Amino acid sequence: MRENVLHMENITMQFGGVIAVNNLSIDVYEGEIVALIGPNGAGKTTAFNCITSVYEPTNGCVSFYGETIVSNHPQGKMKKLYTDQNSGLYPKVVSLTPDRITKRGIARTFQNIRLFKKLTVFENVLVAKHMRAKQNVFSATFRINYREERRMREETLALLEEQGLLKLKDELASSLPYGLQRRLEISRALATEPKLLMLDEPAAGMNPQETQELAEFIIQIKEKYDLTVLMIEHHMDLVMKISDRIYVLDFGKLIAHGTPAEVQKNQRVIDAYLGVAEDA
Amino acid sequence: MTKKNEIILSVALVAAVFVVLTVLEQVLPSSSMLFVVLKKGAIYALVAVSMNLLNGFTGLFSLGQAGFMLIGAYTYAIFTIPMDARKAVYQYFDGGIINFTVPVPVAMIMAGLAAAAFAYLIGLPVLRLKSDYLAIATLGFAEIIRAIFQWDTLGPVTNGSNLLRKFPVFSSVTFPFTAAGICIAIIVLLINSSYGRAFKAIRDDDIAAEAMGINLAKHKQMAFNISSFFAGVGGALLAMYQTTVQAAAFKSAMTYEILLIVVIGGMGSVTGSCISSFLFIACSEWWLRFLDSETYIGSLKLPFLRSGFRKVVFSVIIMIIVLFYNRGIMGTREFSIGAVLQFFKKRTARSKREENAA
Repeated sequence: MRENVLHMENITMQFGGVIAVNNLSIDVYEGEIVALIGPNGAGKTTAFNCITSVYEPTNGCVSFYGETIVSNHPQGKMKKLYTDQNSGLYPKVVSLTPDRITKRGIARTFQNIRLFKKLTVFENVLVAKHMRAKQNVFSATFRINYREERRMREETLALLEEQGLLKLKDELASSLPYGLQRRLEISRALATEPKLLMLDEPAAGMNPQETQELAEFIIQIKEKYDLTVLMIEHHMDLVMKISDRIYVLDFGKLIAHGTPAEVQKNQRVIDAYLGVAEDA
Repeated sequence: MTKKNEIILSVALVAAVFVVLTVLEQVLPSSSMLFVVLKKGAIYALVAVSMNLLNGFTGLFSLGQAGFMLIGAYTYAIFTIPMDARKAVYQYFDGGIINFTVPVPVAMIMAGLAAAAFAYLIGLPVLRLKSDYLAIATLGFAEIIRAIFQWDTLGPVTNGSNLLRKFPVFSSVTFPFTAAGICIAIIVLLINSSYGRAFKAIRDDDIAAEAMGINLAKHKQMAFNISSFFAGVGGALLAMYQTTVQAAAFKSAMTYEILLIVVIGGMGSVTGSCISSFLFIACSEWWLRFLDSETYIGSLKLPFLRSGFRKVVFSVIIMIIVLFYNRGIMGTREFSIGAVLQFFKKRTARSKREENAA
């Protein structure tokens, strides 16, 4: 059995009375490409936000390579609102800030691209190197860390060259065309030296040709950087083609999971996507 | 243009500025308005750049600058008043309770550190706030500080609401230029370092910055402390310029003046802040002064010109700038000799091309 990278257990995210993610458990193993799919509003991005600590889940825990990175049980007014069982399972509260999660090796991209708009392409990637640099504000200001700085710059240039963005390195990030902005966002995530890469709709707004290229690109960077990939995607051809396993969410609940072939045949998945006829 | 050439040019420019300043001091009478503008302009430039570090580069909209300047000015004054003058200065408080003095440079650094220490304490709760809420909280803090420093019970240290005076001051215009220049250079180095990039990343998108491993709380706190440090040093310089310190002078209006300088110069441009600082001080202290005095041409009294009219004109100018140049003089660009040369090269190239075409 391959090593467990990400283990999500009974994650529930409840906003007041609305349950966005309901008792979701997901396992991702080393070297896999796992897709999280589901109709709009199924809670896929919320699940991502729970893993990366943008949200604190109401109940449940997440561990990364065996280390608990998120754990919570219903507290305060959520105690009354929370109706599900399992609330006694997670007495410990672990709530790291998103930057700590990134430092442990989880990098992500965003559904609506979030680049540093007023920074150049080069700087966008260079910023992601900041976290792992050995420096403090004093050594950085007075350039005592110049070797470290030079190393960061060289690594960034190498990464940009590999991603085919080197020619654009002095352009403002916001001036890039949409497809390249997506690619830059992935490059920036790679610069944090992740073990797990989480892509939130990487093919959104892309035409079939670009989607095709993206599929190859994802497989290529996965091999090259020894990554495990967890992605949210709506383009079914992309999902079916590159993912090893698929989890399907609907209204916050896991309705199916398995290999692409299994999921495609699953009646509940078909119902969720196509809707169930009234008289059926 | 290579980086090396640019550095050489910059050094030459700095040297030239100092030569010009020394020559001016020899030639012009020391009462000339030019020196007022240069001295106060240099001090305001430092404070504006420190505010820009926070507002323009880190995206934290803070309005506590006057409060931090006040702390700096008081710290400087309290620790440098000569022993034999203390009796006279602290006449209502038995000569005060601080019985030692420190050299001027040490006192200036202490002024910065005191402001940074206060900033650290205030930052703990306040930096959780965003945008306008942060602005209101810091503004409120500055007002509280001003009130506390006038409190009679603290009189043995702060001299209550009375003036602090007789501390060492500068007379030459090169002193504030050197001090402010060194501080601004350090801020520029910081902005161009890895930490500066992290600050800019937070400004552009804090969620993405956090996802890229930048600890928001730590970096915001850092920017806030560093900005306050230099505001404190600026306060010390202002104390020296004014030769007296009184808490009542550090009103929120002072923060607004600095904010105006930052906005006019361009949020996110250090050189913009410097340029607009000198322009602002020149306008408010010198060029627009004539609007305040009643003027007659022959026997005809010019309309409107009377005390206070300067402020009306000034406000209109500022409104025009904010309406039509709302990114400021420089936007987020920086003035550099290289860029200027590039600009002229391009122009000559273009005019040549046009000639050829014609």
